Order: sequence, then C-alpha cells, then structure tokens
Amino acid sequence: MTGYRVAGRGRVDPDARLRFIFDGRSYEGLHGDTLASALLANGVHFVGRSFKYHRPRGIMSAGVEEANALVGVDRGRGRYTPNTRATVLELYDGLTAESQNYWPSLRYDIGAVNDIAAPLIPAGFYYKTFKWPASFWNKVYEPVIRRSAGLGRAPTAPDADRYASRFAHCDVLIVGAGPAGLAAALTASESGARVILADENPEIGGSLLSDPAVQIDGKDAWNWLEEARATLAGRANVTLLTRTTAIGYYHQNFLGLVQRLTDHLPAAASSLPRERMWKVRAAQVVLAQGAIERPLVFDGNDRPGVMLAGAGRSFLNRYGVKVGNRVAVVTVHDSAYLAAFDLARAGAGVATIVDLRRNPRAALLAEARSLGIEVLSGWTVTATKGRARIAEIRVNPVDQNGKVGAARMIGCDALLMSGGWTPSVHLFSHSKGALDWREDLQAFVPGAPNEAVRCAGAGNGTFGLAAALAEGAAAGAATAGSAGTPTVFSVDGEAPFSGVYFRELPTDRDPTRAKAFIDFQNDVTAKDIRLAVREGFRSIEHVKRYTTNGMATDQGKTSNINGLMIAADAVGKPAPEVGLTTFRPPYTPTTFGAFVGYSRDAHFEVERKTSIDSWAEANGAVFEPVSLWRRAWYFPRSGESMHEAVARECRATRRSLGIFDASTLGKIEVVGPDAAEFMNRMYTNAWTKLAPGRCRYGLLLGEDGFIRDDGVIGRLSDERFHVTTTTGGAARVLATMEDYLQTEWPDLKVWLTSTSEQWAVIALNGPNARKVLEPLVQGIDLNGEAFPHMAVREGKICGVPTRLFRVSFTGELGFEVNVPARFGLSVWKALIEQGRPYDITPYGTETMHALRAEKGFIIVGQDTDGTVTPHDAGMSWAIGKTKPDFVGKRSLARPDMQDPKRKQLVGLLTEKPETVLEEGAQIVDGPYAAVPMPMIGHVTSSYHSETLGRSIALALIQGGHGRKGETVYVPMPGAMHKATITDTVFVDKEGAKLNV
Amino acid sequence: MTMIDFSLRRSPLAHRGLIARAASDAAAREAGVTLGEQPHRCQINLRGDAGDSGFLAAVEDVTGLRLPVEPNTVATVEDLSALWLGPDEWLIVGPGGREGDLTGGLRGALEGRHFAVTDVSEARTVIAISGPHARDLLAKGTSLDLHPRVFGPGRCAQSGIAKATMILHQLDANGDGADGAGADEQPTFEIYIANSFADYLWTWLERAAAEYRVAVTAG
Repeated sequence: MTGYRVAGRGRVDPDARLRFIFDGRSYEGLHGDTLASALLANGVHFVGRSFKYHRPRGIMSAGVEEANALVGVDRGRGRYTPNTRATVLELYDGLTAESQNYWPSLRYDIGAVNDIAAPLIPAGFYYKTFKWPASFWNKVYEPVIRRSAGLGRAPTAPDADRYASRFAHCDVLIVGAGPAGLAAALTASESGARVILADENPEIGGSLLSDPAVQIDGKDAWNWLEEARATLAGRANVTLLTRTTAIGYYHQNFLGLVQRLTDHLPAAASSLPRERMWKVRAAQVVLAQGAIERPLVFDGNDRPGVMLAGAGRSFLNRYGVKVGNRVAVVTVHDSAYLAAFDLARAGAGVATIVDLRRNPRAALLAEARSLGIEVLSGWTVTATKGRARIAEIRVNPVDQNGKVGAARMIGCDALLMSGGWTPSVHLFSHSKGALDWREDLQAFVPGAPNEAVRCAGAGNGTFGLAAALAEGAAAGAATAGSAGTPTVFSVDGEAPFSGVYFRELPTDRDPTRAKAFIDFQNDVTAKDIRLAVREGFRSIEHVKRYTTNGMATDQGKTSNINGLMIAADAVGKPAPEVGLTTFRPPYTPTTFGAFVGYSRDAHFEVERKTSIDSWAEANGAVFEPVSLWRRAWYFPRSGESMHEAVARECRATRRSLGIFDASTLGKIEVVGPDAAEFMNRMYTNAWTKLAPGRCRYGLLLGEDGFIRDDGVIGRLSDERFHVTTTTGGAARVLATMEDYLQTEWPDLKVWLTSTSEQWAVIALNGPNARKVLEPLVQGIDLNGEAFPHMAVREGKICGVPTRLFRVSFTGELGFEVNVPARFGLSVWKALIEQGRPYDITPYGTETMHALRAEKGFIIVGQDTDGTVTPHDAGMSWAIGKTKPDFVGKRSLARPDMQDPKRKQLVGLLTEKPETVLEEGAQIVDGPYAAVPMPMIGHVTSSYHSETLGRSIALALIQGGHGRKGETVYVPMPGAMHKATITDTVFVDKEGAKLNV
Repeated sequence: MTMIDFSLRRSPLAHRGLIARAASDAAAREAGVTLGEQPHRCQINLRGDAGDSGFLAAVEDVTGLRLPVEPNTVATVEDLSALWLGPDEWLIVGPGGREGDLTGGLRGALEGRHFAVTDVSEARTVIAISGPHARDLLAKGTSLDLHPRVFGPGRCAQSGIAKATMILHQLDANGDGADGAGADEQPTFEIYIANSFADYLWTWLERAAAEYRVAVTAG
C-alpha cells in the first residue's frame, strides 16, 4: 500500500496490483485507478509543465475537464497518443506514459525561463512581436514558434489500430449516466422504448461514484447504483454504453458518440477495434451532462497540489487516495466542505477551510468544529508557495468594506478550491439551443431548445441529488409520452449545496503582478483578459482569440465562465450581455481514427472495376482513376516507358487493330411510345428520323446552353433507345433525365432504366477490326453496306447475345461490342485470341485520348469546362435546327452566346514539332505584350501524335474559329512557344478510313 | 468458330474464390456473421403503372406475383420475388436462367400497355449476410434503421452501404415466407450490389465483420 492510499475507500480493487511507468519510473497502482489517482497514491503531483510559461503543473481535476495533467501514452509502434488527460486514463498493467512540454527534463526545464520573462510575454504577444521584418516570418519566427508551440508530440508512424463506426437509431438517447441520466433511463425504458444511455466513464454513476454515503430509496448509493445497472442491463430495449463520449450534437437529433473499446486493456485482440464511432439518430434526447467545478482565481492557483475540491473528494471516495496529509481548502461554495469532511474522516489532516463568505451555514461550521478543522470565514487566499508542490498558502482577512488585512501563512501539501459549479451545456449549445443566464447560479443554463431535447440535473442548473433524480425521471417519462410515469426516488443524507461567485479573489498585493490563472492549459491569466479589453477588444469571441482563453484542447471547460466574468467586469457590462463563446464539437479531444473508421487504405474510396479489369491487371496495365473507376491507362511491355507504350498502342491501332475496355461508359435504356420525342427534348440532335438500327452522336446541354454530356445513341426499335453517356456522367445524366421526365414532361410515356452495369463494352478499332469480328459474330452481316458506320445490330458473338455498335472514337474502322457483363472477360479473351494474326494490341485511356484528339473529338470536361456551347466546340452540326425545343435551346439564342469573340475550340500546331504543350497552359497574342498579358485562351488537350510524328493540341481561344492560320504564343516555364491555330481535325480529315 | 461455354459466366467476385473458402456448416452456425455470394440471380427491372389493374393482373399471370404497392416491401411466391423499388418500378428476382422466359413472357403479356421490361441480371451480384451480428454489420455501413420493429422480413430498401449503393432485402425466416420466427435473432439479408462495386463491398464487409466471428458460406 503506497503512502497516500486509504484502505477501505474507493472502487479500486486492492488485490489487483498493477505496475506502470511514468517518465521512466516504475510505480504501483490498483485496478480501477486512473493514471492520475495512481500517481497521487504515490504522492506525485507534479506531472507536467504549462504551455507558455513552462510552469510546473499538477493534477487539478478528476475528470474530462483536466487542463494540466496531459500525458503522452505509448502503446507501441503506431500507437502513441499525446495529450491524454491522466484523470481519465484508466490504469492497466504495463501502462507507459510520459509528461509533456519540457526540455531536457520535467524538473529542469529550460523553457521555464519564460515564467521569469512573463511580463514580456503578455496577451497577444505573437501578434505584437513577430511582425518585422517581413522576411523573418517564414525563415525564423514561424519555425521557432512551431517548434516551441503545441502540446505533446505528434506520432509519426501510421496508426496501427483499427477503428469501427456504425449508425444507430433509438427512441431516446440519454447522455450522462449520473443520477439524472439514470433516472431518465430507468423511466424511459420501462415502456419498451429503445433507449441508448451513454457515459464517458468506465462505469455508470456520475457524481454517485464520489458520494457513497448518500442514500437513495433507503439504500447506500453504490448498492442503488448496482441495482439500477442490473435493471438497465436486463432490459433488451436498453443499450448501455460506457467509455462513450458524446462528442457532438448535430441537426435533427444526430449525435456522434465515440466508444473507447481497448485503450483500458493491457493487450487486446487485433481483430478488435480500438474505438467505435456511433452515429446516432434519436427521436428524443435527454442531456444529463452534469456540472464542472470552477477554479478560483488567485495568485499561484496553478501550483502542483492545488486542485478542485470535488476532485479531492473523488480521489478519496472513488479511488481511495488522499490528495495530501495536510490539506487546506479555499471556497465560495458549500460543496468544498464535503471534501474536507470526507478527507478528515479518512485520516488526512485538514488544516483550514478558507471561506470567502462571511457567514457559512451553521451546520457546516459545526461539523468542521467537530472534526477539528479551522474555518476562516471572510478570508481570502492571496498567494501560494512551493516549487514542485504547494507548501504554504498566504491567507488574509477581508473586512466588510472589502479591505484586505494582514497576511498569515498556513502550511499545507494540497489546496482544494471551489468557485462553484458550471452546468455543462456544451451539447445543448452544439444543437443551437438558446442559453439563459441564471443570476442565482452565475451561470448559463439550457433555455429554449432547438431540437427534441430535454435537459436534467446539474447540467440543467438543477443541483442536489433529489432534485436531479426527479428532473431526470420527469424527462425520461416525457420522452415516453403518455405511457411514462416518472419514477419517484427518495433521498437521505443529502448535503447542502449553495454558494456565491467571486471573480479574482481579493488581494492586498498588486493584482497586475499576480499569476492568477484562468485558462491553465493555455496559460491565460486574469490580467491577460483585462489587458485584452484595455487594448480594445470588446467581443468575447475576440477576447478569446486574442488571449487564447478557452482555445486549448480542454476547450475552456474550467476557464470560460471565469474568463467571461472578468471580461464582463472589464468591459463594464453584465455577463449575459457579453455572452458566451460558441461551444463547438468535439466535446473532448477525439482521435482522427474514430472519424476515419473504415475509410482507409483500400477502402479510403470506392474503386470500381470492370469485368475485364483482372485481365488488364494480369497483363501489366498501369491504371488511372477515372471518376470512381480504375481504368487501364496503358499497357507497357517490359522496359517500355509510358511514351513508348502509348506510341506503340497508337501505331498498332491505326495500322492494324487495337482493343479497348469501354465498359465504364454509362448506359441508359430509354423505352416507350414517346421515347423519340423525349430524346428530341433532352438532346440537341434530331431523333425522329433516326431509323431503328442506326446511331447518332448526341449532345446534352444544361438549361444554360452549355455542353454537359455526350455519347453515341443507338435506336434499337421505334420505342427503344440505347443511350450511352460519359463515364463520369452516367448517374448524373440519368438523374437529369428522370427529373425532366417527372417534373417537366409527365405527359411523355417513357421509362428510363440504367443498364451501365448490365453490359461490358469492348471497343475494337483499326483496319482489321471487321476481319477479327466476322468469324465470331452470328446473325449480323458485318459487310460495310449492310452494317455501315453509325449503325447498331443485335445478334450473338461467341454464342453470347450482343448489341454491336459500329462506331469509332479513333477515326478507324471501329466496333463497340456490348455483351452481358458476366461474359465480358470471356469475349475479350476470345477476341484477343482471334486477333493474334493481326497483332491485336490492348490499349488504355491514354492512347484512346491521343487517337481521338487526332480526330478532334472532344472529351466533355476536358475540352469543355461548363462554359462551352455546341457552337464554341465547332459542333453546330449537332443541333436540330428545326426542332421546336430542347434543353438549353433558349439560352443558345442569347446574344452573348453568339458573340463571335467567345472562346472557341481550335487546333494548335507548335512551331517546333517536338514541343508538347502543357494542358491548361495559357495562350497570349504576342510575346512582347505588356505584363499582365491579356490571356486569350488555354490549351485543353495536348499529345504527341504518333500518326503525325509531331505534337498536336486542342485549345479554347477567343474568336478562334475566325483565326485559323494565325500565330499565337504559349508561355510555359522556361520558354515561350509559338503555335499556329488550325482546324481541330488532324488526321484523315475527310473520314475515308471510316467508309470501309 | 469460338463459342463461349456458358458455365464461364463469371461473377464480379469470382476471383475471390469464395466457394473454396466456404466454412463448414458447423463453423457457419457458430459464426457471428456469415457472408456468401449468390452470383447469378435472374433480375428483371419492371416499370409500369401500379394503378392499372390490368397491368398488375398481367404480371401476376406470368410470374404468380402480386406486385407490392406498399413502399419497400417484397412479394414472394415460390422462387420468385418482386422487390418494390418505386411507385412504378420493381425488381423481379429469381433463379438464374429464368431471364429469357420472364422477359419474353412479361413483354408478351404486357403488349399494348405502357411498360418497360429490362433484363438487368448481369448488372448486380447478391451478397447474403446472416447470423446474430448481421444487423450490427449492416449498421456499420448503412444509415437505415434495421430494428425488427422498423424493417423486418419481407422488406427491402435502396440505400447506401459504406460508399456504395445497394438494394437491401431481408428474407423471410426459413425462406418460406410463413412467419418471422427466428428472424429477429438470426436475420438473413441480401444485398444487391452493382458488379463494379462488388469487390469493394465484399472486402469492406469482411473487414467490418472482423470483430465478430465471420464465416464465408457457399452462397
């Protein structure tokens, strides 16, 4: 048993001894301890240094609000977690943790010079100091600040843990399993409602865990608690989540909960996730978050050994640890007496209670007297002494006029402070509920809600056990509707709970020299806040940012109200008029892993694969992402560069035969008696006269007249069209069509069905394409006259049904073989086999792009950017001039859309044939124009053309159609390239290769 | 003349070797979740007017199915089911091989009406998920509420799962459609997933199920 452990107290298991290492030293703790309670049991208070002044800091709380005791926890490679609050870090055998923010050692820290230099580092120090000279910022100031700023060290190895996430639905979500939350859960779940009860602690109970003596329904608190737990666990409609923090409360009762599953275990199965994010949609929410004790503001209130009174009580009653052997108390609230009394009874020496109030309750004074505790009422604390731990406090009487009398020193090894309690309204505030100011509590409490939410207990400003239980039960009953009747609880032994509020404690010393901390984690003092107001900051949000008050990882849980009250005083306005800074999720620091969940590695994003993908992979394809698909980019042979591979693929396709997986094309079946009319209205082209068995290139515009999508569309019968879309546009085009059909033209008898995934598509291109197909195809006459360019036939290939399109995106004799997806790979392999005599060459998207560019075929989204009309793209031919209407027609008639100076698609040939322009490069008229040069367009597509043995490019240039033959310039890094504007078709301008 | 052997129909999960991986029945019974592929199901997309009693009757004549008109419900008769996808859209599913007679039969019976019958059997594969943790696994990927009070046997929905989209169907207990006994504790779900997403979803499901005991079944 270590020096500060109290036998018979707490919920720790005295027989389950654990070893742990802190800062390289081995200690013993008990199962049920936190790192904080185990360190205190070993007499260790000094556990870290502060952020700015590197002051020694101790453990100030026993919960999530901890601002000082932040440690790094090392669970092995890829499992280092910085900034963990020692007060919620459950002890396990072998735990290894280290303190933070010092160099070279916790005890001898060079950064502590900042404490001596404190007068030189006021609020806004960074804003004021690192201004000049400008060039110093990047090279000197920022690197130095970055090295010294920040808390803890970020891990560098990839996170080795797994993280889970899930959705959940319930009738009632209750946050907080203290008395109010338990009462709500017991009542709400009686009627069979689906209830989720979440609490951030390892076990339910909340304040009852620190208050074992009180009685509920005639039972000791902990017995009552165990019965409540068993009741809830026995109800199938209740999901009890411990170690689960509600981190954020979003619209329509959507809350994020993070459940910690393995951090408390010495070793966990690797199949188990470390944490699970619960994304909960609740019909009703009950918030029972409790309250957080306020620190008092006085010089030296941050010295190790100074802690919140409630924490002192928790360490004793919950963990069986006394925080000192000679404890002093300073308070403005009754609740601190309870800590003093419990400690005194446990044998810890309690020296003195300093109560700022002149007339504490007689009952408290009597009990103090009976325990031999001196009470100094109407006194103040004006300083503390001690280096690594508090050794003395300086106390002074305050007279009725507020005058501070002569000081007296009191020796102590711990100082408990209580400035009253702040209801935790964080989640309620996330949900945009209004906050009301309670003058009697000097605190904000939940006001008008913005969601289906009720608040209960201390978090609602309802203090006292009986009141919290009653309010919780009422909230639980209300969520169950008329079925619910609030359970009635009787309470015995409840202690008084009242107090007053003080900003800075009165002092006889110069307050401008006091280090009276408000925000312990960010080292913000009372005088920093007053300085900010003096310097002109009035908004509490500005004061927060200027001083960084409340901006540390604890998000101001202990500092916001103290900061607000001092700012309000300095501004000269009442606190509610100054208002509170915004609460933002997450409630407590949350791992990135919990947010990432399964979205990492191969599951970071969907990778769609075609039925032929496995062949491409086996044959050495290099892939590129195209929307969500992975597509074969090119097929390098051994030793080939990308350029060589693409050149070879281009040559083979133009000279003999190339094969290409075009399965990613979107496909939509448009069916019905009005199918042709529907197509007329959607696409720019005319469809009425397109005969069954023929295809047409279709152009789809938005209402604004700009090109949105394109594709070849085959008419299978009078009432059936097979529409193809771009790869990326498939879902969007179908949704657009369905939208028009349902909302604009419900009169049309048309059905739309996506068939994108039904068909695998194999494109065969090259002079020998027909020869390879002929032996494999049944029921289709492939002869050029029977099956001309831009025709579609249904038949069989290799015995498998096919929709065979004669189309070409390369300018060569081309076919697109549509077969049922499950046969895509088999047909592909059969074609490869059949094509061997012709040196059939698989090609990827890069060759496809280059070949189509040689023909001037556009790619929507590359050669168009959402501001290109059909005319701009040189495709006026695709517009059905006599059609009464189509989507975008009216916009095309606007004068601006017919401006001859619009950017128009043209070809570009560089002066030097080997120069391949950069796609996206800007185009200017002359190399010597004044800077900034007027930019007249940009390069949209650019390739080395293997067919021409030189580079080619497509570009959008102002008035380009009328400028063919003119010279323009393309500035690129290192050179200004000269180029001639040309037609967009570079190869086989008359299309002779298609008419075979 | 190269003819393709129809047995070479290749599902999008064929490369995963799932049949070879299939666990014994005993192992499957002890697993928290079982996963299996049903690779070649007949799937016919049907569009038509649910308000036209002649349309409903004609479909019933061919399939024996009374098309469900209540949203997100499924009608099942013997080995055919009709999944409600929208007020005028259904997915008729059945054993692989029925595609030809169903499309032909429906088109013939519906002649003269405004309808669309589209064979989409090749577009999606089916992943079956069963076991006591089946709901927990699905809850990791879908925001649908699958609680027995809300979803249950004979219901279907189109929604997202992980980063893909799916059609979800909870099967009747024991597949007989008679009652829901056992469906609460050992529900069986089927996910219809488009080919191109199948590999992503399968690997995602295996990974998300790792914390339960997962067994692969042969369909």
